[in-house]
Amino acid sequence: MALSMRRIQIPAMFSLVLWGAIWELIGRFGGIDLIPPLTRIFVAAVETIALDKFRNALLMTGEVFAIGLGLAIVVGIPVGIVMGRLRIAANMLNLWVNIFISAPLTAFVPALMPILGIGQTTVVATVFLFSVWVIVIDTQAGILTVNKSLIEMARSFGATRFQIYYKILFLAALPEILTGLRMGVIRGVKGVIIGQLIVALLGFGELFDLYLGSFLMERFWALVFLIFGLAFILVQAVVLLERKFEFYADVR
Amino acid sequence: MDAPMAMIEKNQDTRETAAVTVEGISMHYPGGVHALEDICLSIPRGKMTAFLGPSGCGKTTLLKIIAGLLEPSSGDVFVNGKKTTAPGPERAFVFQDFALLPWANVLRNVAFGLELRGRKKGEREEIARKFIAQTGLTGFEHHYPHQLSGGMRQRAGLARALVINAEILLMDEPFSAVDEQMRRKLQEDLLSLLAVENKTVIFVTHSIEEAVYLADQTVILSPRPGRIAKIVSTDLHSDLTPDQIRRDRRYLDMVDEIWGGLKQYLE
Ligand SMILES: Nc1ncnc2c1ncn2[C@@H]1O[C@H](COP(=O)(O)OP(=O)(O)O)[C@@H](O)[C@H]1O
Ligand SMILES: [Mg+2]
Repeated sequence: MALSMRRIQIPAMFSLVLWGAIWELIGRFGGIDLIPPLTRIFVAAVETIALDKFRNALLMTGEVFAIGLGLAIVVGIPVGIVMGRLRIAANMLNLWVNIFISAPLTAFVPALMPILGIGQTTVVATVFLFSVWVIVIDTQAGILTVNKSLIEMARSFGATRFQIYYKILFLAALPEILTGLRMGVIRGVKGVIIGQLIVALLGFGELFDLYLGSFLMERFWALVFLIFGLAFILVQAVVLLERKFEFYADVR
Repeated sequence: MDAPMAMIEKNQDTRETAAVTVEGISMHYPGGVHALEDICLSIPRGKMTAFLGPSGCGKTTLLKIIAGLLEPSSGDVFVNGKKTTAPGPERAFVFQDFALLPWANVLRNVAFGLELRGRKKGEREEIARKFIAQTGLTGFEHHYPHQLSGGMRQRAGLARALVINAEILLMDEPFSAVDEQMRRKLQEDLLSLLAVENKTVIFVTHSIEEAVYLADQTVILSPRPGRIAKIVSTDLHSDLTPDQIRRDRRYLDMVDEIWGGLKQYLE
């Protein structure tokens, strides 16, 4: 066990260190202004975290992201469940969901602005549009795996329609729903940054614009890495949740 | 509907006294399968009735119609004299594939019927523990279904059905998914359990031996569309103990007689 862990971890760490070293060398001796040395990016990251501007951007972005993802969950899971249960719903929606999940949504964002205005609402809508489809599709897939006899069992014990949905279908599909949520988080992070960049340079978008405009490349890269880090932590949180329920994914 | 008059009148006599009566049930599945044709039957209270027949003859369909899980194309089901079309608290179902919640431990699974009725956690778990003990599952309360053997899973399925205190147990091939020795053990345990519980039991089986061993009356169904070919009295345990039955002359004769009747359907 310990041995196999090390076998996996050493190369991963090693490659990270190797790429870091290459970056550092290019930064120092490459003469490319776009790529400052990694060490200076880290220093810039520590400075950035302490900035009020960063904190405000983080709060604003976090809020918009949470609302957009929250809406995607609240809409996506029920829609996925209904599509998994009712053939008419699936026939009506499957095509659209599959178009939107693979569509280049970035192109839609400017189209939202005349409707929703140039501000937070449009960014919320962007997050929602980026994350909702994968939640719908994975939820539907989860519902389609539910063992029919569990539903019959619940009915035979007098379950109400509502009980069947939340005590059987939702729980039985939970492993897939959480996978959808994880993908939704990843797409939502993309959505919030793209939204902020395209719409009005809000939150992190504003900071990116500022740092690129005044050619503060260390700050720019620091911000990129900080956002990567935050997204990674968020995704890992969902992964932990997924692990909690995966024990019954193979034995349904 | 188009059942012979004599049959319907005969059943009306017993509608009030029988646990379940089935009158003129036919079943056509939407796909076009004609599963059952004009089934008329009464199930005596406090007895075990077996539905026996070759695979695909409609046994499960008939049991699920009685359970209120399937709507027949025509005909009626009466439970305790009242016409029913939906599941009810006086009937409990034991599933062929156990139908245990994979995310819930044995305790929660066994108590699930009470959970659906909104009984308090402490209360329903106390009742569940009693039946967990009766079905020989003590010590496994916190195991999950995938950690149990097939036999153990069906014990949990049976305990779950007993917990809601229904007077009628409907069991669909309850022991077909467990190995031979475990099946014998479960059959014996079921007989001793029911000796104290006094339930009306309807169970589906494709095993002649199981029908004769467990049932008081065996309903033999012919293949598609399923019709009642014969109803045989297979009552042996009113005067024999479980281990005496399989050695009794009458047991062997009954198995033989039923086999003789069923053989024709296999051609
Ligand atoms: N949901 C269904 N839709 C269509 N046909 C079905 C369905 N369920 C069962 N059948 C068909 O009805 C017939 C009787 O099935 P079933 O009652 O399961 O038989 P048994 O339990 O005796 O093996 C079979 O031919 C089966 O294929
Ligand atoms: Mg069957």
